[in-house]
Amino acid sequence: MKINPFPMPSSIGPVAGAENWQSMYPYFTHVQPEDDQRFWFYNSMHFSEPMSAFDMITAEAAYHAMGAYMTRVFAFPTAMGIDYRVINGRVYITANTVTDPDKIQERLQLFQQRAGHYYENWDTFYGEWEQRMLALIRDMNAIKIPELPEYEDEAVVMKNRGTAQNHHVRTTYHRTLELYSQMWMHHFEMLMLGYGAYVVFFQFCKQAFPEITDQNVARMVAGIDVLMFRPDDELKKLARLAVELELGDLFTADGNPAVILPAVKARGGNGAKWLQALEVARDPWFNISIGDGFYHYERSWNDDLSVPLSALPHYIELVRQGQSLDRPTERLRQERDHIVNEYRSLLGSDEEKAAFDQMLSVCHLVFPYVENHKFYCEHWLTTSFFNKVREFGSLLSRFGVIDQQEDVFHLQHTEVEQALAAVMNSWAAGSPPANPNHWKVIVKERRAMLKVLADCQAPPAIGPMPDNIEDPALQMLWGITTETLHRWALPPGTDTGELKGYAASSGVVEGIARVLRSINDFGEVQEGDILVCPVTHPSWSPLFSKLKAAVSDIGGTMSHMAIVAREYGMPAVVGTGDATKRIKNGQRIRVDGDRGIVTILDDVA
Amino acid sequence: MAAVTTIQALAWFSEIDLHSVASVGGKGASLGELRRAGISIPDGFVLTTDAFRLFVATLRTALQLDQRIDALRGQDNATLNAECARIRAALMQQQSPPELQSAVSAAYQLLSEQGQHAVAVRSSATSEDSADASFAGLQDTYLWVRSEAAMLEAVKLCWASLYNAESVSYRLRLGLPEAQLAMAVVIQRMVNSHCSGVMFTRSPTTGDRSVITLEGSWGLGSAIVSGEVTPDKFVINKITREITRRDIGCKLMAHVPSPDGGILEQEVDAERQQQPCLQDAQILALADIAKQVELHYGKPQDIEWALDQDGNILLLQSRPETVWANKDKAPVATPTAKPFDHIFKVMGGKR
Repeated sequence: MKINPFPMPSSIGPVAGAENWQSMYPYFTHVQPEDDQRFWFYNSMHFSEPMSAFDMITAEAAYHAMGAYMTRVFAFPTAMGIDYRVINGRVYITANTVTDPDKIQERLQLFQQRAGHYYENWDTFYGEWEQRMLALIRDMNAIKIPELPEYEDEAVVMKNRGTAQNHHVRTTYHRTLELYSQMWMHHFEMLMLGYGAYVVFFQFCKQAFPEITDQNVARMVAGIDVLMFRPDDELKKLARLAVELELGDLFTADGNPAVILPAVKARGGNGAKWLQALEVARDPWFNISIGDGFYHYERSWNDDLSVPLSALPHYIELVRQGQSLDRPTERLRQERDHIVNEYRSLLGSDEEKAAFDQMLSVCHLVFPYVENHKFYCEHWLTTSFFNKVREFGSLLSRFGVIDQQEDVFHLQHTEVEQALAAVMNSWAAGSPPANPNHWKVIVKERRAMLKVLADCQAPPAIGPMPDNIEDPALQMLWGITTETLHRWALPPGTDTGELKGYAASSGVVEGIARVLRSINDFGEVQEGDILVCPVTHPSWSPLFSKLKAAVSDIGGTMSHMAIVAREYGMPAVVGTGDATKRIKNGQRIRVDGDRGIVTILDDVA
Repeated sequence: MAAVTTIQALAWFSEIDLHSVASVGGKGASLGELRRAGISIPDGFVLTTDAFRLFVATLRTALQLDQRIDALRGQDNATLNAECARIRAALMQQQSPPELQSAVSAAYQLLSEQGQHAVAVRSSATSEDSADASFAGLQDTYLWVRSEAAMLEAVKLCWASLYNAESVSYRLRLGLPEAQLAMAVVIQRMVNSHCSGVMFTRSPTTGDRSVITLEGSWGLGSAIVSGEVTPDKFVINKITREITRRDIGCKLMAHVPSPDGGILEQEVDAERQQQPCLQDAQILALADIAKQVELHYGKPQDIEWALDQDGNILLLQSRPETVWANKDKAPVATPTAKPFDHIFKVMGGKR
């Protein structure tokens, strides 16, 4: 009998100090005995930390939208949506598939008709999509949360509006959630169709060139002008301008805006010029999250200017050394065309070449959407959304329902609604909210539990191990293959000093590992370090100019780190699983970006 | 030199190309072609099929060769073996005609710089079909031949191999006329290899044309070709020049030249056994040459290479890859009415 190496979902007990973790999440995310029949894996790519009660909405809204588009809207023939469960604060997912051939045929008919309509009109729809997203962001920012002053606004009486503002506490809260969920619907409106094009091209390349690396397929697909590079480009422009205006000396590594911005202002005309350029760059490009849009504490550059400002000294230094900070777009374009033409020329027949051209053309058609949607969705709208929720947090704390604004994120979104009702009630009744400690006790407990859960290891996979994983989408998006499964299945203690991941960007170098869990530790990185981190996001881009190589726990060949490393021409290995746990800060490591291997070269006691 | 070439018995590599197969054989023609393509090869010349015919002509009448071989039809193995051995012995006794002898001698002296350099003597089949050639016993190679006498002996051994029992019975079975029997012999300067090996301009395991598979080991390439060492194996992406695989073999022994001629097996020092025999720059230089050769021929190649003691890369042979070339491969995909129809085919499980 085969021994299953993974624990059963139902067998995973609570952790001491976090026994009550289930209270943070909706009942339908709790594990049931029948869940032991299915294989689940920890979605550490999107949810690398335990979920706070409110942040669970990022999984809920995302999976509701994704599943709807796959299962119901486009009727993907073999794939439906995602089921998710939470265990000890971690989000585990499993994909629902369609195996009945008749059902697949039935769905294929619909899929051809529906998806075909989108592919046929892709550019038009994407143009409309961008407008719709901009409107959504405008609407989100325009939501005005009632202030609940001592007396109602006179206009309610003089213009006989007939509604007092505590009513709008609920409507604005609903509106906030509604717009956020809407964003996820838009997010998945075209995304899975885009991935579909990628998967088909990947599969073709793997069949035509069995030894082709994912990296090279990704290079053929990649577009050059994508929004994710814009914030970093803007920062480089600001660095050049600072040098030009002789302001370079004012920028310090801590990036403290409270010190830097007044100092710039004090430089008169030049200072004003730079500050104006900063304002232009900020809207919209600093609406980029320091994460990937799944946690409330991942603020935007606009929310925390110290993140972009702290990247400036290094850029300023490079400008002074006479380095061009421009992205070598022409070179990148030539490289891409070269790779495409060479692979194409190796194909067996003109027919095959024509099919290759067709598939690649669809990839290039969908690429701008697939890459750019993140800026609008996960970054801009999401950071605006969390800021809106903060305003509700501030209302709750003003009424003493919670202690501080940020505590709102320890309530489930349905609980926030209840808490707001207490505020509506209190304002109307003219008395303090009843049972004022109710949420405070809960928040305190949950904060402590999250701390405990953050330090505890989550098994990468649970439930019966499948024989193999052939889903190309899983491989491309999550970097999970049959090989990954086998690695996960290794008993602990089989540490060989070698980590395997995806060869994301070629080259071999050795250097000092800098293990970084958050972009806020940016300052620790020294010139020539090798970055080791859970996963990188677009806002980490400025970091790459200092690095020699990069390693991540999570990600496939189309992940941010892979794309940026290739642009910088530095070796990178992504999707190693546990590099941040096994590699210690300061250790010497070798990164082999050709083979996807990271070797720990020395021990640090 | 003029006298040598006019009799057509001997051709220097510089005088031949792929079109010369009929007179210089596949190996010889390919070496001439490589040289023409600007690839470094050890210099040498070919004793053409005319040279063979010239040599055998007298024997055919003196020994009644054709009749004796025809008489072997239907004979048992013992008779066949004995008669073939007698023919070969007679052939080895036979002196070359003087004009041939002097031409070969002059060319050898020039090539070896009066015997200072060792040469390799290799048979070069005129048949396109390698299976044919191997039956015909045309695979002889004599390495590190260090004197004119030894060279002439080796040439005759190559010629005599046409009269070994397998070769003769093969001709009888297929009814190949003795009159058309021909073989060329390549005489080439030896490379004192630091390391050597083989390259395929496609993957031998998957047929992938976007990679070059390179195998190498210390010393002479004969150790790899004969399968006596586990070589280092590298896979290089033809397009991006990335080295995507490095399997370092445990190279316990190497073939090295013997002072008395021929080769010796030598143990490899412990620390070199698991050391890669090539540095990255050398791997890439080899890969670039492989690409150049493939481009020149317009089809995937199977190449033998050597790196001499001064670090120069030399090719010893290049021939078309045959295993994958002979496999009919259906196209992975054919064009569809609309580009995105491919997605429906794949998503619907039809591809």
